[in-house]
Amino acid sequence: MAIEIGGKSIETDEEGYLVDLSDWTEEIALELAKSESLEMDEPRWEVVNFLREYYDEYQIAPAVRVLTKAIGKKLGKDKGNSKYLYELFPYGPGKQACKIAGLPKPTGCI
Amino acid sequence: MADFDTPEYRKYRDIPKLEEGTMSDSAPFIAKPVFQGPLGFPGELVENWQEVAIDKMGDLLGKYRGLQVYLDSCVKCGACTDKCHYFIGTKDPKNMPVGRQDLLRSVYRRYFTFAGKYFPKLVGAKDLTKEVLDDWYSYFHQCSQCRRCSVYCPYGIDTAEISMAAREILDTVGIGQKYCNEIIGKVYTIGNNLGLPKRALRDTLLDLEEEIEEETGLPIKLPLDVKGADILLVTPSADFFAEPHIDGLIGYAKVFHEAGVNWTLSSHASEAGNFGMFIGSYENMQDVAMRVRQAAEDLGVKRIVHGECGHAWRIAYSFWNTLIGPWDFLDQNYPIPQHICEYTWDLIENNKLNFDKSENDHRVMTFHDSCNVARATRMGDKPGGQFEIPRNVIKAVCNHYYEMDPETTKEGTYCCGGGGGLLTDDLMEIRVKGALPRMEALNEVVEDHGVTNMAAICAICKSQFSKVLPYYKMPMDMIVSVHQLVGDALILTGSKEALEALEAAESSEE
Repeated sequence: MAIEIGGKSIETDEEGYLVDLSDWTEEIALELAKSESLEMDEPRWEVVNFLREYYDEYQIAPAVRVLTKAIGKKLGKDKGNSKYLYELFPYGPGKQACKIAGLPKPTGCI
Repeated sequence: MADFDTPEYRKYRDIPKLEEGTMSDSAPFIAKPVFQGPLGFPGELVENWQEVAIDKMGDLLGKYRGLQVYLDSCVKCGACTDKCHYFIGTKDPKNMPVGRQDLLRSVYRRYFTFAGKYFPKLVGAKDLTKEVLDDWYSYFHQCSQCRRCSVYCPYGIDTAEISMAAREILDTVGIGQKYCNEIIGKVYTIGNNLGLPKRALRDTLLDLEEEIEEETGLPIKLPLDVKGADILLVTPSADFFAEPHIDGLIGYAKVFHEAGVNWTLSSHASEAGNFGMFIGSYENMQDVAMRVRQAAEDLGVKRIVHGECGHAWRIAYSFWNTLIGPWDFLDQNYPIPQHICEYTWDLIENNKLNFDKSENDHRVMTFHDSCNVARATRMGDKPGGQFEIPRNVIKAVCNHYYEMDPETTKEGTYCCGGGGGLLTDDLMEIRVKGALPRMEALNEVVEDHGVTNMAAICAICKSQFSKVLPYYKMPMDMIVSVHQLVGDALILTGSKEALEALEAAESSEE
């Protein structure tokens, strides 16, 4: 599979995750969000940017608890919970937000 | 949500009317060559796949006598037909246990029995065609290897063994399942199913320690790679990552702290789960399991305790001795291995833990028996301990507890719908449909007793329920870890709450 942006074709896997992390741009994030029927507003960008920073440091997405804490710090304590994150990313903050952030899909018993 | 209908609750629990082929299009993503190689399997379908598959079947029949007995002994009595949650949810006859077994059995007859070789049509024997191979891939990934059907089979035919054999044959000809095989590869390179590297694991644990200290005022630790610790805890990596799993992990830490023991996690064995079993590969199962033994030896621990993971407990309890034993270097005075529920229950029985059960008063509980724990293991020293001990623990920490329909619990428990390597998004339809019987039983206790939460002791069950509960119009956070309940009610010596309670008690005496 692939997504087309500005005449360029970007390779994705069967589930629409980027194959090559370094392909990621904000423009591609918008395109990926569109395929998930999501509008990229400010809170969503906060989550996506945090995921990318965390991945850059640890080579994995953060645990849900780590993510909620970080978002709570950035957007206010009332938003530092998984319920809010599921409002932003109904298919699960881990999987859906990771896709938009250009990160590989988390695997395992999750 | 996806483009299929969630099944309706049934008014009468009778055998569904068959609808052929409802799930014939269901098949998980096939593993790319990069995921096949590290497991010792060919990257793609080999040219002489038919020959290789038959040879492999012969090899497995020689190695596992049970497999041959299961393939030979079915008398088509029909007792199993309505016992599979996937059949109940899909009505597809190939999801009847006997239908699933026959996919392999018909080929076995054709190539390995006298009658099948010479009079195939008379005995339902079939050539191994590409169509048959595709059917195997589809329907052996619609079996969670939960073994409920085998409880009701008068011959004890174990469909899980047949599923495992089929998947092993498929892997051998080069058709592996992406979900399982990618994950096993991650265990080899990184140490766990998640692919959580040591540094990320360490920092996640430190973060959690901070959180627990904020809550309790106590320096409760989640130690990693501590040499000379008494206890090694192996737990599914989902416990470090997902919800509600992580609250269970916090619960284990609180119990160990209160017991005052020296315990550790291991970055080398940061995974209790072992998908080698799901794909029926003895070699991969052994390699994954060996990491635990290695960690135990390297750290010099005396005991191994298992966190809340269903199939890991099966592997440890039933297979470890022959797989990676002997365990002569561990302390023989304790069960080898020991389940965290056994560990906690022992402390409770010896009055070593104190609880404020009212902390769980906002919850009305029920318990889901995880298939592998229920039908493939035990706990404690009495028959049925695997049923009683987790319930005893819950009842010791919660005031409100109700059982679901007894036909759906204990040895008759229904699979959550996501076990056996099916917990992947590309199989969402079969996962949702297969959850029907459990959702029906849960819905009953919700309506009759006001049950608010269901506890489980398996990472797969917890993730599967979080995902499928909303399809059945129940909240995703209904599912909780048993040790979350324990952690919430446990009175920690010297904690903020314990001090407040003490002060309150003293002032009321005055």
